[in-house]
Amino acid sequence: MTDIGFVRADMVDAKPAPNRTSGVVAWAQKNLFATPLDGVLTVLGVIFLLWIVPPIYNFFIGHAVGPGGTVEECRMENAGACWAYISSEMEFFIYGFYDIPQQWRPNIVFVLGAVLLIPLLIPKVPFKRTNAVLFLFVYPVVSYFLLAGGVFGLSPIPTEKWGGLLVTLIISVVGITLSFPLGIILALGRQSKMPVIKTLCIGFIELVRAVPLISVLFMASIMLPLFMPQGMTIDKFLRALVGVTLFTSAYMAEVVRGGLQAIPRGQYEAGASLGLSYWQRMYFIILPQALKHVIPGIVNSFIALFKDTSLVYIVGMKDLLEAVKTKNDTALEWQSANTATTGYLFAAMVFWVFCFSMSRYSIYMERRLNTGYKR
Amino acid sequence: MSQVSETTVDRPVNTAHMQVSSTNVAIEVIGMHKWYADFHVLRDINLKVMEGERIVIAGPSGSGKSTLIRCINRLEEHQEGQIIVNGTELTADLKRIDEVRREVGMVFQHFNLFPHLTILQNLTLAPIWVRGIPKAEAEATAMHYLERVKIPEQANKFPGQLSGGQQQRVAIARSLCMQPRIMLFDEPTSALDPEMVKEVLEVMISLAEDGMTMLCVTHEMGFARQVANRVIFMDQGQIIEQNEPEAFFSNPQHERTKLFLSQILH
Repeated sequence: MTDIGFVRADMVDAKPAPNRTSGVVAWAQKNLFATPLDGVLTVLGVIFLLWIVPPIYNFFIGHAVGPGGTVEECRMENAGACWAYISSEMEFFIYGFYDIPQQWRPNIVFVLGAVLLIPLLIPKVPFKRTNAVLFLFVYPVVSYFLLAGGVFGLSPIPTEKWGGLLVTLIISVVGITLSFPLGIILALGRQSKMPVIKTLCIGFIELVRAVPLISVLFMASIMLPLFMPQGMTIDKFLRALVGVTLFTSAYMAEVVRGGLQAIPRGQYEAGASLGLSYWQRMYFIILPQALKHVIPGIVNSFIALFKDTSLVYIVGMKDLLEAVKTKNDTALEWQSANTATTGYLFAAMVFWVFCFSMSRYSIYMERRLNTGYKR
Repeated sequence: MSQVSETTVDRPVNTAHMQVSSTNVAIEVIGMHKWYADFHVLRDINLKVMEGERIVIAGPSGSGKSTLIRCINRLEEHQEGQIIVNGTELTADLKRIDEVRREVGMVFQHFNLFPHLTILQNLTLAPIWVRGIPKAEAEATAMHYLERVKIPEQANKFPGQLSGGQQQRVAIARSLCMQPRIMLFDEPTSALDPEMVKEVLEVMISLAEDGMTMLCVTHEMGFARQVANRVIFMDQGQIIEQNEPEAFFSNPQHERTKLFLSQILH
């Protein structure tokens, strides 16, 4: 019986938490068969898996024709995915119409990109500043001259010939690295006390956000030249790049603004009272906190941009998806029941790998940056 | 009515260095008015603070105490009259505002430490980037002030890991690292548990003992008695009474002051 006037005579020492029950049986009882309904649902779930998994397995692996297979195998009754088609057309999917003997040039760009980007993403690797400068300023220039040629004895290769994954990656990487700072500037501008800057930023954001990306690309590729002086042209590739970047930066601005609004006024005031200038306050105090709050939203925009690059087909560019579609339609020697499906599956898997990596990396960053609030 | 406390620090206050300059003016406010939209918050404020003064500003909630000291480092803008801090008049000119803010430290009710930076980084950020002091030197200064507020062992923790009292002491140290000539306190103990009020007051008293010019909006009447050389009483956006603490508490002149004191002193 507990008495209402209970008080402890001596303090109780902390005890270890009770052991958790472990083992397969205990786990299953708790998670799979806790109630009769749970049991029924578990059984139904297992039946569903048994029904769905084998055909998928057979299509992708079991009955699939692996790399190096022949078109005859792909045309056989019951044949699964035609991976042989993918491996035989891989060059086109990666480089588009880029001159085959010159494909070492994009290869160097790929390798250089990986070598510069990966250490930049791993927090422990030193020389971050040098690394960032190389990646953000030197790499684009080097890549451009390598790919376009026309200097140092490299044969010129017009952007019309670029295609496939190469185009997808260039547009996404450039789009992401430019739209992020641009979005931040727009978000800060939208909160500015200076009426002209504020109005311009709001106008830009609301205009671009209210228009579909397709029409932005259309305008960039068809309308823009109409306003250009006679004889002056801007590369189609560049126009698409600008279109995608501006489009994403408008979205990015709104995501960042959400983060800025989550920062208490006291943080601005504390920075101001210490004599920090506006840009110092933003750079050291406000943005690091605000951006951390909106990492999921930022990565969301990045992923959207990555997938939206496939819309550049509308202005006649052959990104990965369009390259796959072109081959599906024209590679008669590979025609079979599953060729087109396999092509699109391949494109989907490539997109998925990149987007999923971005998503995982953002989760990792969120955890790492969580220091400020840990107790 | 805000919570008023009578916490005192149980030691004699050393007044050796508490000297009020008779010639050097730290802050001068002349005929200052402020409005929030149509609401007249501060009405004809006139105030002269000499170097080395320790002023406590008291008054009921909404009387404009906080707004007044926030005008002194231009966290709030005034619309009429003049505010001159260390000889620099506050206008819309950003350069002058920054100049004043470098010399005026401020401690807030809710500490406002930067949660994403360690304590040491909180303390060195402004000295490094505003004063241009080398990092090693800034860190040495920071450690000196952390020792002064008696928490050097917390230097590499994050603000979220500290108690309220510790956070407020860090906030004071952060201001001191800029070596300000004037310190403004905006209800520095109002968000603290009673047990922690004392440790913050102790730091504030030791600051006063060093001769710092201080303006404190506070409900700590014990602090006012112990270290203030002047108590200012505000009501409805106006300074309606000011006096030395002894006279202020024992012989209030204004009806509103009498009412206020009768409600808080038992």
